[in-house]
Amino acid sequence: MSTTSAPSGTLPTEFSDLEPFAGFALRSERERYAKRIASSMAELQEFYDAAFPRLEAAMAYLDQFALDALADDAQHLLWLFCALVTVSFPVEVWRQPRVPDSGAASFDAVFEPAI
Amino acid sequence: MPHFTKPAEGSWTEHYPELGTEPVSYADSVSPAFYELEREAIFGRTWLNVGRLEQLPRAGSYFTKELDSAGTSVVVVRGMDGEVRAFHNICRHRGNKLVWSDFPSEETSGACRQFTCKYHGWRYSLEGELNFVQQEQEFFNLDKADYPLASVQCDVWEGFIFVNLDASNTTPLREYMGELGKGLEGYPFQEMTQVHKYRAEIGANWKLFIDAFTEFYHAPVLHAKQAVSSESAKVQEHGYEALAYGIDGPHAMVSSWGGMSPPKDLSMVKPIERVLRSGLFGPWDAPDIGLDELPPGLNPASHKAWGLDSFLFFPNFMLLVWKPNWVLTYHYWPTSYNTHIFEGACYFVPPKTARERLAQELAVVTFKEYALQDGNTLEATQTMLESRTPVKAFPLNDQEILLRHLHHTARSYVSKYEQQAASAPARA
Repeated sequence: MSTTSAPSGTLPTEFSDLEPFAGFALRSERERYAKRIASSMAELQEFYDAAFPRLEAAMAYLDQFALDALADDAQHLLWLFCALVTVSFPVEVWRQPRVPDSGAASFDAVFEPAI
Repeated sequence: MPHFTKPAEGSWTEHYPELGTEPVSYADSVSPAFYELEREAIFGRTWLNVGRLEQLPRAGSYFTKELDSAGTSVVVVRGMDGEVRAFHNICRHRGNKLVWSDFPSEETSGACRQFTCKYHGWRYSLEGELNFVQQEQEFFNLDKADYPLASVQCDVWEGFIFVNLDASNTTPLREYMGELGKGLEGYPFQEMTQVHKYRAEIGANWKLFIDAFTEFYHAPVLHAKQAVSSESAKVQEHGYEALAYGIDGPHAMVSSWGGMSPPKDLSMVKPIERVLRSGLFGPWDAPDIGLDELPPGLNPASHKAWGLDSFLFFPNFMLLVWKPNWVLTYHYWPTSYNTHIFEGACYFVPPKTARERLAQELAVVTFKEYALQDGNTLEATQTMLESRTPVKAFPLNDQEILLRHLHHTARSYVSKYEQQAASAPARA
């Protein structure tokens, strides 16, 4: 399985304000979930507060390109916003990184479409 | 006073009198002995869905499926002639597992021109013929024609590949799928090739997880925190009622409303859902799937608030068709009386834009968050059912009719099998 994470400085220049959060731009849902679990609520909140207001602009930017032919920086931007989806649950609902009452249960992605 | 019309008998459950209305025992979910009977009577004899045709795009494409519950591993392959076949995954020489990579107990997939055993290099065609034996001259009168791969009955319904481990089975798959299967035929499953698959090991009997997913009575309570709080309070006060239930032989379905795609009032949903226009019920903007009208088996109550139909094809294949044109499947593969592997897969029309991709991501991740809560709750159920508490029978309400039916069906298969075994002459 892939463990590639985005090095910093890889987002489109229009989204350079999100560079501090480039560590969330991870290729797979499994990695994004692991990042969420390993983060504090303060870190998740900070990422969410920075990225959520940029979601509409990011979609407008990405929708200029064919989804199967995204440049590297655009691909990282999409991964970053996939991570926003992952962290929206702790921030908007749970108030904790893990799903409440999920104990030791895990539910792992074993196959997902590449971006 | 029900919100949605019930059958003339006054309840869904009484519409199917064989189910009874008395409290139900879960002895069938805590007994190693009963599980051993289920392996023979159910998993060894019914059609089991092991994959989809899209997993076998060309001649030589194959995948393996571990079927602990049926006591075997199968390899499913598309032959040079385009036909899909299944074989027991065992080399005829000395019983080594034929197809695996790295870890013998893990499933694998790929493409090849022939199968070669890792142990002594025996080779089989994709059609199962043994066509090479290492040092053949060392054997004694060995005729390769006598040692093909052991075939397994294999058939396809609407692109879903099934196997049946009972070599003497005479019920064709289409007939087995019954009226509920027939009512779904023609739905364009083949358009939904964007797949996300999840897997979990669950510490509970396989039927208990099916129970959790065939009733939505739990949803307003267990998943209360997933909605915004005002909405959650409203949902909990109303509780849950299905639009309709249907039972045909061992199979069953529930038809549900689903006002969340899109919701009537945007303040009902979370901020991310408002922007991405997606959530538990899927992306709100349904893709075109070229369907003028739904197949007759969907939305059987013809209700305008219809949101999804959930089918359980016995024993362990659950198929959910959602109004905004996507599909979810669940499989429950027992590994012992109190453990199973749960698989969930979301199928979408491939997204054309990043916006569509993100909407699908939210639907998938929402499904995962719910499943994590459900899975953990099950371990709590299993432990207490196995405990020595004197509580042995449990009342099931009308919205839990499909649980009653599932356990009734499992017990019927087992008792029929026991009767047959008792009356049949002992096998040599």
